Amino acid sequence: MPRWGMVIDLDKCTGCQACTIACQAENNVPVVGSRESLEQRSISWHYVLPDHKGEFPHQQVQFIPRPCFHCEDPPCVKVCPVGATYIDDEGLVLVNYDRCIGCKYCVTNCPYGVRCVNWRHYEWPEPYDQYQTPEVCLRPEGVVEKCTFCVHRLEKAKREAAAQGRELSDAEVVLLPACNETCPASARYFGDLDDPESTVSYLARDPRAFRLLEDVGTEPRTYYLAEERN
Amino acid sequence: MDLDRFGEHAVLFRPIVSTQKTFYLALLGLVLIIVWGGGAYIYQFTQGLGITGLSLPIPWGVYIVNFIFFIAVGFGGTLTSAVLRIFDAKWRTPVTRAAELMTVCGVIFGTINVVFALAKPERVFNLFLYPRLGSPLIWDVLAIGSYLMFSLIYLYLPMIPDIARLRDTLPTRKRFYRFLALGWTGSARQKRLLERLINLMALLMIPTAVAVHSVLAWIFSMTIRPMWHSTIFGPYFIMGAIFSGIGALIVVMAILRRVLHLEGYLKPLHFNNMGILLLVMTIAWLYFTIAEYLTVLYGREPAEMAVFNARLFGEFAPQFWAQVGTCFVIPFALLISQRTRTIAGTVIAGASVVVGMWLERFIIVVPTLARPMLPYPTPTYHPNWVEWSVTAACAAAIALVFLLFVKLFPVISVWEMEEETGPETARAVGAARMADSA
Repeated sequence: MPRWGMVIDLDKCTGCQACTIACQAENNVPVVGSRESLEQRSISWHYVLPDHKGEFPHQQVQFIPRPCFHCEDPPCVKVCPVGATYIDDEGLVLVNYDRCIGCKYCVTNCPYGVRCVNWRHYEWPEPYDQYQTPEVCLRPEGVVEKCTFCVHRLEKAKREAAAQGRELSDAEVVLLPACNETCPASARYFGDLDDPESTVSYLARDPRAFRLLEDVGTEPRTYYLAEERN
Repeated sequence: MDLDRFGEHAVLFRPIVSTQKTFYLALLGLVLIIVWGGGAYIYQFTQGLGITGLSLPIPWGVYIVNFIFFIAVGFGGTLTSAVLRIFDAKWRTPVTRAAELMTVCGVIFGTINVVFALAKPERVFNLFLYPRLGSPLIWDVLAIGSYLMFSLIYLYLPMIPDIARLRDTLPTRKRFYRFLALGWTGSARQKRLLERLINLMALLMIPTAVAVHSVLAWIFSMTIRPMWHSTIFGPYFIMGAIFSGIGALIVVMAILRRVLHLEGYLKPLHFNNMGILLLVMTIAWLYFTIAEYLTVLYGREPAEMAVFNARLFGEFAPQFWAQVGTCFVIPFALLISQRTRTIAGTVIAGASVVVGMWLERFIIVVPTLARPMLPYPTPTYHPNWVEWSVTAACAAAIALVFLLFVKLFPVISVWEMEEETGPETARAVGAARMADSA
C-alpha cells in the first residue's frame, strides 16, 4: 500500500500563490466574498504562510506553502466524535461530508490550522458554476473541509493505470495534485513515501528536509526543504 | 383558599394555591426573552453559523463558554445537596430542592448550547448513530447523559411525599399529582425505601458529577493546544464548577427568599454557612489559578507564553483582570469578615463569582484559539447579538423553569423539614411562622 506524501522546496518557492489559486479552482472551493473574507471566514485548502523573523530592516521572510499535512497521527481524527474525519488505506486524512456535524473540534485541535468551516451556504452564480470540477463534490453549509491531496486525481490515475494493467509510476504522480502541477518554480513533489525509489522519499531523506511543528508529535507526511530555516 | 389545611409549613404552599399579578408579569417577561432568543437561533439555523461572531481560527465562542458555564453552575446544586446529605448536615434541608433543580436546569441548558455551537445541528443525532469512543466529545455525551438522568431522579425522589400531600389536599390538578405521587401513602416501608434510594442517588451523583466536569475539562486538555493541554484542567474545572455553583445557589436562595417570603426558612445562618463554603472555594480558586499560571510563566515555552501574554496583557486582559476581581478580590473581601458575611454580602459575593466564572470560561476557551501555532492574520472574536440573545434566552429559560416549578411544587422539602423539627415543635414553630407572615 502506498503512503502518500509531499515535499515542498522552500529554497525554490517564490511565494507566488499559484498553488493556492490552483487548489481553489480544482477543488470547487467557494468564493466567500470580500466581507466574509475580512471577517476571516474565507475557505482556503491551501495557504501560503509568510513567516517573518527579525525586525525591520533586518527582517527575513520565508514563504511556507501549507497544504494539509496528512499526519501519521492526526489530532483531528482523534477528536472527531462521529468518525467523519478518517485516515484512508493509503494514509490520506479525509472528511466524510455526509457525516460531519460541524462541532469544529478538529478545527481547534489541528496545530496547523488547515481545516476550514462552511460558515454559510455559498452560491455558485453563473458563469462560475461552469468552472466546477465534476469529480469534486460541493460541500454543504456547516461541514468542515480541507485539502485531500487531490484524491480524485489520484483515484483517476489509479483507475487508468489499472485499466492498462500496470502500476502507477512515480513520474506519473510527482505533479499529480493541482498545486504541484501549477507550481511555476517546480518546487513541489508528490509521491509514495514508502517507496525508497520515489522522488519524495529521496527528498525526505535530504539533510535540508524538515517538517513543521515536529515537536507536537503529529508526524506530518508533508516535508519541507530549506538550506536555512526561519 | 384556606392555607391552614397544609399544616405548619403552609407558607411553602402559598405560591401553589394563590397566584399574584407579578407572576404573570414575570412569566410574560421571560417568555418574551425566550421568544426573542429563539428567533435569533432560528435566524442562525437558517443562515448558518456565519452570522454569529465566530470565524477562523476561533470557531468556538460564547456557546461553548455557556455549555461549560451552565453545567458547572449546576454542579453547585449537586454538591450542596448530595454532600450535605451524605454528611447529614442539618442546615441543608431548606436549600436542597432548589439546589437539585439548579443542577437539572444547568445540565439541560448547558447541553442545549452545544447544539447551538454546531454548524450542522440537524445532524446532532450522528453522535448517537456513529459515536467514536476515542473522542472526548463522546465521553461527554455518555457522562452528561447519565448525569442528566441521575439528577432528574435525584430531584424527583425527595419530591414524592410532598407531591402526595398536594394530591391529598389540593382540589385541582388531581390527576397530575396522582400520577407523579406514584401511589405514595407514607407507610413506614415506603419511607424506608425512599430514604435508601435518596441516599443511593446522593452517593451516585457525586462520582457522576466529578466525571462530567473532568470530561468537560478533557475536551480541552486532550488537545495539543498551548494552555489547554494541561493536567490541572480536570480538578480545576471541578473546583470551578463547585465555586460558581455555590455562588449561583446563594443568589437563587436570596431571590426565592425575597419573592416567596421564605424568611423563616432561609435564615442568615444558611447564607453565612454558604458564604463560608464560598470563601473556601475562593481561596481554592486562587490556589488553582496560581498553580496554572506560575507553571506556565516559569517554563516560558514560547507557544504557552503567547497565550499567557494574550490573557494577562493582550487583548483579553480586560476579561482576565475582571475575572480576578470578581472571582477573588470582591468575594474574598466580603466573605472574610463575619460583619460583611450577611445576606446582602453573600449575595453580592455570589453574583460576582457567577459573573467571574463565566469570564473564566471565556478566558479558557478563546485566547488559546486566538494564538494559532503557525503564523496567521490577527484573529478576532466579537460575539454578536445572535449569541447574546440566545444566551439571554437560556438564562430566561432557567428562570422560567424555576418560576413554573414553584407554582407546582413546594421549593423547600416540606416532609424533610417536618422530620427535622419533629411534629410537636414543628407545629408550634409553624404557627408562629404563620403569625409572622400574616
